[in-house]
Amino acid sequence: MGILEVKDVSKRFGGLKALTDVNLSVAENTVHAIIGPNGAGKSTLLNCFVGKLIPDTGSVMFDGESVLGRAPYEINQMGISRVFQTPEIFGDLTVLENMMIPCFAKRDGSFELNALPNMMGQKDIVERAEEVLEDMNMADKRHDHSASMSRGDKRRLEIGMCLSQEPRLLLLDEPTAGMARADTNNTIDLLKEIRDRRNITIAIIEHDMHVVFSLAERITVLAQGTPLVEDTPDNIKGHPKVREAYLGESA
Amino acid sequence: MFGLDKKDTTLLLVVAALTMLAPFLLNPFPTESGMAQFNAGYPDLMQKFVIFGIFAIGFNILFGLTGYLSFGHAAFLGVGSYAAVWIFKLFTYNVFPAILLSVIVAALFSLLIGFVSLRRSGIYFSILTLAFPQMSFALAYSVLSNPKFNLTNGETGLQVYADDPQRFHREGLPDLPHLFGLSMRSTHTMEIGAWSFDFNVGYYLCAIVMLVTFYLSVRIFRSPFGMMLRAVKSNQQRMNYTGLNTRPYTLAAFVISGMYAGLAGGLLAAMDPLAGAERMQWTASGEVVLMTILGGAGTLIGPILGAGFIKYFENIFSKINDNVLHQWFSFMPDGIEDFMVFIVHPFVGKGWHLTLGILFMLVVIFLPGGLVDGGQRIGRWLRSRGQKEDKTTGTTEPAE
Repeated sequence: MGILEVKDVSKRFGGLKALTDVNLSVAENTVHAIIGPNGAGKSTLLNCFVGKLIPDTGSVMFDGESVLGRAPYEINQMGISRVFQTPEIFGDLTVLENMMIPCFAKRDGSFELNALPNMMGQKDIVERAEEVLEDMNMADKRHDHSASMSRGDKRRLEIGMCLSQEPRLLLLDEPTAGMARADTNNTIDLLKEIRDRRNITIAIIEHDMHVVFSLAERITVLAQGTPLVEDTPDNIKGHPKVREAYLGESA
Repeated sequence: MFGLDKKDTTLLLVVAALTMLAPFLLNPFPTESGMAQFNAGYPDLMQKFVIFGIFAIGFNILFGLTGYLSFGHAAFLGVGSYAAVWIFKLFTYNVFPAILLSVIVAALFSLLIGFVSLRRSGIYFSILTLAFPQMSFALAYSVLSNPKFNLTNGETGLQVYADDPQRFHREGLPDLPHLFGLSMRSTHTMEIGAWSFDFNVGYYLCAIVMLVTFYLSVRIFRSPFGMMLRAVKSNQQRMNYTGLNTRPYTLAAFVISGMYAGLAGGLLAAMDPLAGAERMQWTASGEVVLMTILGGAGTLIGPILGAGFIKYFENIFSKINDNVLHQWFSFMPDGIEDFMVFIVHPFVGKGWHLTLGILFMLVVIFLPGGLVDGGQRIGRWLRSRGQKEDKTTGTTEPAE
């Protein structure tokens, strides 16, 4: 029984079948990659996990509880954090403030009217945020304006914000898309470190095979909205069906 | 001090000093001099400065922090005024319960409107907030004013009549709004040489209330709640995926700013016990948007400056007529004098909106951060000039 159990999930957009009978199980404390060619339904599937989309049929269970019909913030409070394809951070805020917000969300829940206590009194939050920044090697940037950082740093910050909440499942949507080679390698190293050091389950959607094969312990190949195979990276590499899906039948 | 850091405490003290000394500061010209018409230190106008300051401070909590642009805040000011006048009519001229009720009524009303409007964001939110107050205006202007059920007294405006019950009104109390017997209208005039300064009870009540609300707004700006509101403005998607529900945050900001508007409305009625439907019209809402943007949205002191600026224009520039212009240009030859008056005429008197409009455009184009931004730029420029001079002297000294 995995921490994330997807059963018979289908989703249509008008005449387009985006997902058809997807079954997937992500085991606890593993890195599970979902790969597939363009239009395979990877992002649609991910959006079904976080409450952005509701599948037409099927169920998505996280730790024995259904996530369907819950708002994104509720699903996050259950323990699922998501990293976006383009880094989503609070661009108008400083790096430290960015880091404090998930810490507040972790401590106070989805809403807290703390309009009069000032920031100086929030020592626990500041300390926690500083600690995570230290962990992410971003402590020297804490007072920087976050919108003006490089894409790699923004990604690092976003991952840090997700980790500060100590999620049980971290979802990564093409974490290295549009990144320079150096930034990509940094991100891979960071993710490896996270994988090795913490008790965390990571589900990753990725295009870049280099990233997938250096991180994943389990890979599901999705094509035209259905899972083709699920196996270990070594077995996936030579799998004929995978070659077919990626390169076309003639290959 | 007061749970604020040093910079904010200084700001608070500066605002306190300015409001307390306003009767002096706004009357710089001797009473008999030709410039006396630029004096703004009379009670009526000073009250407006601080009351609209409160209104703009509240509006800034919503617009400056969350970026939600509401075009309906005048409705909350309007219901605040009506609530206060009803207290005057039914119970007592004491302004304390009247202002308290205005805030409560405005809070309930803004909770309702906010709950509906905040289902949308961006332009759709603005349109919704534009629609509700126009409905309120129409209701107040005609629907809720008929012989059977007269809540607003229509276009005449709600006011206190001699045959109103006023259950707790006693002999000996002023027949005008008062605070536990202290009439809002009582004014002490101090004559110093050619100058005269007015100290008005109503003004000082409003000023103290404004200081309290300003202090609260600083606290909100610096609180975790304030940071969440800035986060809402910055990236709602990230908020939602960080486990935070944005709706109650924006609704709370909306209701808080609605309460500020209601407070302003209550104070307006306390200074002058009548309430009219035109206070709820969308142009009145537009005015507070102008005040906030002109002064600097999202800054602490900007809205107060903006409110003062616009109210000064409205009351002082609008009073300059052709006679005054002829006086100003009388040193010129006749033809040129008439020509100058002809040129300036459209921008003063009834044309003060034109001047204000041009100023507003200039500020938005060249100073996107409003007057506060302008002040900061001048400050930086002066400082960098000072540093340059230091440097030049610093480099020349060793040579000698």
